[in-house]
Amino acid sequence: MKIAYYPGCTLKNRARDLDRYARETASALGCEFEEIPLWQCCGGAYTSAKDEIATKLAAVRALAAGRDMGGRVVTVCSACFNVLAQTNREFLVNPDFDFKVNNYLKGDPAYHGEASVVHYLTLLRDEIGFDAVKARVTNPLKGKKIAAYYGCLLLRPSEALAFDDPEDPSVMEDFIRALGAEPVNYSMRNECCGGYLTLEDREAAKKRSNAVVRSAAENGADFMITACPLCMYNLTKNADEKIPVRYFTDVLAEAFGLKEGAAE
Amino acid sequence: MRKIGVFVCHCGTNIAATVDVKAVAETLGREPSVVVSEDYPYMCSESGQNLIKDSIRDYGLDGIVICSCSPRMHENTFRKAAASAGLNPYMVEIANIREQCSWIHKDKAEATEKAILLGKAAIAKVLLNTPLIAGESGVVKRALVIGGGIAGIQTALDIAEAGFPVDIVEQKPTIGGKMAQLDKTFPTLDCSACILTPKMVDCAQNENIKIYSYSEIESVSGFVGNFTVKIRRKARYVDETKCTGCGLCTEKCPVKKVPNEFNLGLDNRRAVYIPFAQAVPKIAAIDADYCNMLKNGKCGLCSKVCTVGAIDYKQEDTFVEERYGAIVAATGYEIADVSRYGEYAYNQSKDVVTSLELERLMNAAGPTGGTLLRPSDGKHPHTIVFVQCVGSRCTPDKGKPYCSKICCMYTAKHAMLIREKYPDTEVYVFYIDVRTPGKNFDEFWRRAVEEFGVHYIKGAVGKISPRPDGTLDVQGSDLLMDEQLHISADLVVLAAAIEPSKTARSLATMLTASMDTNDFFTEAHPKLRPVESPTAGIFLSGVCQGPKDIPETVAQASACAAKVIGLLSKDKLKGNPCVAHSDEMMCNGCSNCANVCPYGAITYSDKEFRMPDRTTKTRRVAWVNPAVCQGCGACTVACPSGAMDLLGFSNSQIMAEVDALCR
Repeated sequence: MKIAYYPGCTLKNRARDLDRYARETASALGCEFEEIPLWQCCGGAYTSAKDEIATKLAAVRALAAGRDMGGRVVTVCSACFNVLAQTNREFLVNPDFDFKVNNYLKGDPAYHGEASVVHYLTLLRDEIGFDAVKARVTNPLKGKKIAAYYGCLLLRPSEALAFDDPEDPSVMEDFIRALGAEPVNYSMRNECCGGYLTLEDREAAKKRSNAVVRSAAENGADFMITACPLCMYNLTKNADEKIPVRYFTDVLAEAFGLKEGAAE
Repeated sequence: MRKIGVFVCHCGTNIAATVDVKAVAETLGREPSVVVSEDYPYMCSESGQNLIKDSIRDYGLDGIVICSCSPRMHENTFRKAAASAGLNPYMVEIANIREQCSWIHKDKAEATEKAILLGKAAIAKVLLNTPLIAGESGVVKRALVIGGGIAGIQTALDIAEAGFPVDIVEQKPTIGGKMAQLDKTFPTLDCSACILTPKMVDCAQNENIKIYSYSEIESVSGFVGNFTVKIRRKARYVDETKCTGCGLCTEKCPVKKVPNEFNLGLDNRRAVYIPFAQAVPKIAAIDADYCNMLKNGKCGLCSKVCTVGAIDYKQEDTFVEERYGAIVAATGYEIADVSRYGEYAYNQSKDVVTSLELERLMNAAGPTGGTLLRPSDGKHPHTIVFVQCVGSRCTPDKGKPYCSKICCMYTAKHAMLIREKYPDTEVYVFYIDVRTPGKNFDEFWRRAVEEFGVHYIKGAVGKISPRPDGTLDVQGSDLLMDEQLHISADLVVLAAAIEPSKTARSLATMLTASMDTNDFFTEAHPKLRPVESPTAGIFLSGVCQGPKDIPETVAQASACAAKVIGLLSKDKLKGNPCVAHSDEMMCNGCSNCANVCPYGAITYSDKEFRMPDRTTKTRRVAWVNPAVCQGCGACTVACPSGAMDLLGFSNSQIMAEVDALCR
């Protein structure tokens, strides 16, 4: 299986592991991530909070490329996933947006929301299947208590993302079980880490991150996993309590025995 | 040539202020066939009616047109007046120049012109009217009540008291319904079981009442006054005629881990069980899903201990067929599923309970013997948070759009009872609005605040987080203080929305009774006929029609009984003669009419027709049962060959009206 892949900027610098292990693990599962040529920044969740078409055009270009490369775009970063999926939905519910964007881009052919946006986690759940993941695990993470951290961008707005139940999600917990580890049930897993607030009001972001990490630690987590570079930043840099935070692809690679130094 | 009279009503100033009634009477008086045209301030008054009667006699009128209010208001009045003057009541036509003209227009000239047009249309129609005579059908003097909660019990008792036999069909092994599970009732705080169980016993002892417990409705046919109902009596594997309700089998049964539905799964019962001590009928039932003997043939202990030999593992479902004159739906409600609201952590913590579960936790016959203890560790909770409107007053994709109505009062009741019994317990209630209209209701919840010190917080709960120390972190907003709150609670109680019984929808289909989008039964008129379904002979009792508390349910149940008694005390029923009929020569048997008929009034039969060449040919043709047809006209529109026509509203009459309007 080949699928158009949109990495996003952070995955090319700060979050190189997130990118690298996503490709390697997918490949190990027989799925080729084909990077969209000449992709641009998705615009980020921050800018798309504004009702401004220009900030969404880059996402539309990625979506159109996905349409031309087989109809789907897979992402790994929560923010990219959120922006792409929300922008795509806009085409389906807002004809005015469709009209303006196509007037602006004059793409050939015009784009009308034909592509579908999938996150690597839902790709694992819905198409590859966690059973197949489990079968590929060579280095099961036995005895590890892992706290799945969803944050907000993977889950909300749930109508647009269609990712999981925003109040009681389960995909990451199932993922953790497939790797042979034990998911930690803690209530802050779908709460905000503070996000971009860390730029404007660091104290507020700290408060959020602290609440999340404390809740995970209280419930006995050995480490946390996330899909989002920004969550990674907040949880590691802004929380007072220190427990390791890792990308889910990193953990997946470890379970698959793809990391250097890991026991095969 | 027919002789038509026109009577234009002023309705005080209701019509006359916007419509020039004199001009209307004068103009309509010049229409062909009209021999008299009068106006009068109140045509419905006695003198107004006398004017009509005298004119019918004096001019020998064949038909009359009344330009007045809606036919829903006074059609019957004028039909009676016409009949008393010797005119067939169906030779009366109403032109609605009030609701559909004077009330909605401002310009007098335009309104007058419209009133004249409406009058002309009515004249065109009445010229094609034919005298109609209502048919009659008999009444089976027996009522069926579906559902044995407080609504069904009250309706059945009232009907039986009036001397008519009545059957209660209840799907559970006992009657009693939700009220049997409640602890105390508001606003008087009297014990629910103490006021309910005597009524249950009355049902069992009343010779006019027959209880079919553990039974379901299988099919319904027939029409008002003459329904035939097939009842499925589910196998309970216990002979009802022998069981004495001693309960020995329920003590000896080795299968002990069956979730006890009467206590909402908060404790366990045996595979053979009597739902609760005061059950009526007090007869055991075997749960086939759990019984070892029924599952794999190994056990038979209950049969051995039963001193009267009532256990019968070979029992099968049986069917009873009975005829009824009237059917009452009293199917009640269920608690909506709160596990879909992940933010309230109902699935994550045993200490998040619904209000009905709390009733059991506070009930002396409940799993904790009436001492309020947390389900998780059996400890006494010291901080309790109530969340109101869980699943109620939502957007339809998230929950119920309606207010469940009873939650504000029972939450105030719970809060007050807890504060009274356990003064060391702090009680918080998150509410959107407190809605307590009703006799002594507002005083009741204010007492909870003012005398019992319950903390009412206006705002919503956003998240409930179970913490490792066993407490629940309740995060909510206090809108009056504009604050975010975190309350560390030991127990959280969700005032869950109530929804109609899951069985109601299929029952409504069998009864051809209409429902709203929330699956509540629709009443014939929201204000003036609140206990009748639009389908003749079907009556509504209790929450199946909409959320209600106990006093309201009982009032409605008795009102419903009064309507049933009114029907059953008649020997003959006069039908509505404005029913559909099928022209067999034109009918091609396509079934379109039967498919759209909401009342199941249309059936098909093969009939022999004589052809021009003297041969006979068998064709499938429609027949409308005039006793069942409600005259809605859906079939006349659906019929592709024009074979269906509605008496009193024939296609030619409607076209004549349209022609008159377009002239």
